[in-house]
Amino acid sequence: MASPLLPITSSDPYAVKSPGVYSLEAELADVARAQNRVRDPRAVTSALLYLDNITVSFDGFRALNALSLAIDEAEMRAIIGPNGAGKTTMMDVITGKTRPNQGVALFAGVNDLTSLDEAAIAQLGIGRKFQTPTVFDMHTVEDNLLLAIKESRAPFANFYWQRTAFERERTDELLERIRMTDHRKRSASELSHGQKQWLEIGMLLAQEPRLLLVDEPAAGMTDQETADTAVLLKEIAQTRAVVVVEHDMAFVRDLDVKVTVLHEGSVLAEGSLDQVSANERVIEVYLGR
Amino acid sequence: MTGSRIIDRTGAVFLLVLLAVAVLVPVLNLLVPPGSPFHVPDYMIPLLGKYLAFALLAVAVDLVWGYCGVLSLGHGAFFALGGYAMGMYLMRQIGTRGVYGNPVLPDFMVFLNYKELPWFWWGFDLFPYAMLMVVLVPGALAFVFGWFAFRSRVTGVYLSIITQAMTFALMLAFFRNDMGFGGNNGLTDFKDILGFPVQAASTRMALFLATVAALAAGYLLCRAVVTSKYGKVLVAVRDAESRTRFLGYRVENYKLVAWVLSAMLAGVAGALYVPQVGIINPSEFAPAQSIEMVIWVAVGGRGTLVGAALGAVIVNAGKTWFTGALPEAWLYALGALFVLVTLFLPKGVLGLWSSLWARRRKAPPAVPSPEPAE
Repeated sequence: MASPLLPITSSDPYAVKSPGVYSLEAELADVARAQNRVRDPRAVTSALLYLDNITVSFDGFRALNALSLAIDEAEMRAIIGPNGAGKTTMMDVITGKTRPNQGVALFAGVNDLTSLDEAAIAQLGIGRKFQTPTVFDMHTVEDNLLLAIKESRAPFANFYWQRTAFERERTDELLERIRMTDHRKRSASELSHGQKQWLEIGMLLAQEPRLLLVDEPAAGMTDQETADTAVLLKEIAQTRAVVVVEHDMAFVRDLDVKVTVLHEGSVLAEGSLDQVSANERVIEVYLGR
Repeated sequence: MTGSRIIDRTGAVFLLVLLAVAVLVPVLNLLVPPGSPFHVPDYMIPLLGKYLAFALLAVAVDLVWGYCGVLSLGHGAFFALGGYAMGMYLMRQIGTRGVYGNPVLPDFMVFLNYKELPWFWWGFDLFPYAMLMVVLVPGALAFVFGWFAFRSRVTGVYLSIITQAMTFALMLAFFRNDMGFGGNNGLTDFKDILGFPVQAASTRMALFLATVAALAAGYLLCRAVVTSKYGKVLVAVRDAESRTRFLGYRVENYKLVAWVLSAMLAGVAGALYVPQVGIINPSEFAPAQSIEMVIWVAVGGRGTLVGAALGAVIVNAGKTWFTGALPEAWLYALGALFVLVTLFLPKGVLGLWSSLWARRRKAPPAVPSPEPAE
């Protein structure tokens, strides 16, 4: 599968030489082009991710209760909520891990997420980062990225494989972007917690997703790492939709984006962080009156 | 740098050892006079061939266990099916030389009052067809089994248990006389293979050399698989299955491909085993046999392929020696070996070897290094 990034590099002979040159600029151009594209005529909504009336019950317990949510193309959204509010279940529904009992989940207005499996949803362009960093410990940093790069996922296509120029450039560029160029040959098991988080974000970028789901990216990070992560996520959100689930209010404030508050499986409030923190019901839920 | 090479240092040593074995064994058998201590007696040839067939089987087990995390306790089924396919060819070669002299029906069928050859025996008089079945039958069983098991996301110990159930069910089925595979006694009294008498020393030598070649080819095939990007995905599946899935890989298909390939290699190992030991019967399906295969791999070093082959030879040589010297102690010795390896050598004999090697290279050799063990 040819990458949308390639034409740009091949038209500019100087850009190819140095890794990382076309990363952000090329992606911005790429997304601008994608947005100018005529929208799929079958699309029933302009939102990139559209959840309506999603309900999930486990043995009578309603993890999600008529949840509705819409995320636009290249929008960044923070999702907060007390424990058990249904944040992780929501991600499970979007990525195909859990099937909702009822409701509509559409991606790009046409793809019914409730009928697809995890692999198909990932291939559509939804990337997910777990709360605890999960990278492939036995592989090198470089190979972790290689496995994530948007290329054929079919077993037989990967039997006869040689590292392509595209894969090499993309790896270099991603390593630069997550600031791990010096660690490329190290085994992922030797990385620190924060480095693993970043490697996983790098793997998500390698997938070239249109929507990124990020579960507590700042968990277990130092203050400096947390701040860096916020910068990186904001940079990513210039080109892709990013949904961040987070507990750390300072981090959410750093992100400075629209916030959705979940409570008992449905949306309690939506707006800027200042707006929702002023909301009486939110205060009630958080302070547990 | 394009990933790890197909033939790394360990692999090169392994292939050289195989080459040396392929040259030395015939030389020591044919050219060295029987009185010499270096003479390899005739009876050793099929014995060594049997070990190497087991080594190929262990490589197949290691492909799915070591690289894909699928602990199969039923690989004996694939091995035995390959063996039965070869056995059926050998039975059809007996012709009128059987006790009952029936040109078409094997002796046990005449004895059981079969009037004609069952349909599933058709074509087995043709060597190419039989060889095709050696890989196709285990491959087909593995495909059907794996299709359902991996799609339903059965993993871990549950998967191991159903592989065990699979081989147990096949054992019970093959024990029945009306299955048409010789029941309890299995298939034996073979005469010819490709027109050469199976008992002849030259045929045995040829079979031995074919086994060496098959082991080398099987090793190289598995090595090519695990060093490819497919192999990297396989290891990713082993270490973080759901992560791999969220990257967009169909994990069940990756497992299925490795599983079917492994079953086919096990079938080839079975087909090489049968003419060298001269019999195939349902005891090859016994669950204990399949568990033993896993022990070979664990002893040699899981996830290394070479270690698996090494483990198979070490354990089986030990078994030959023990069952001769202290027959009642063998199972205890095997159990103790497994416990000791699990506790003290988690990376197996090969892992011990490589860590000794690494240590020796780091420290300048102050003391004379001891003779390398076998």
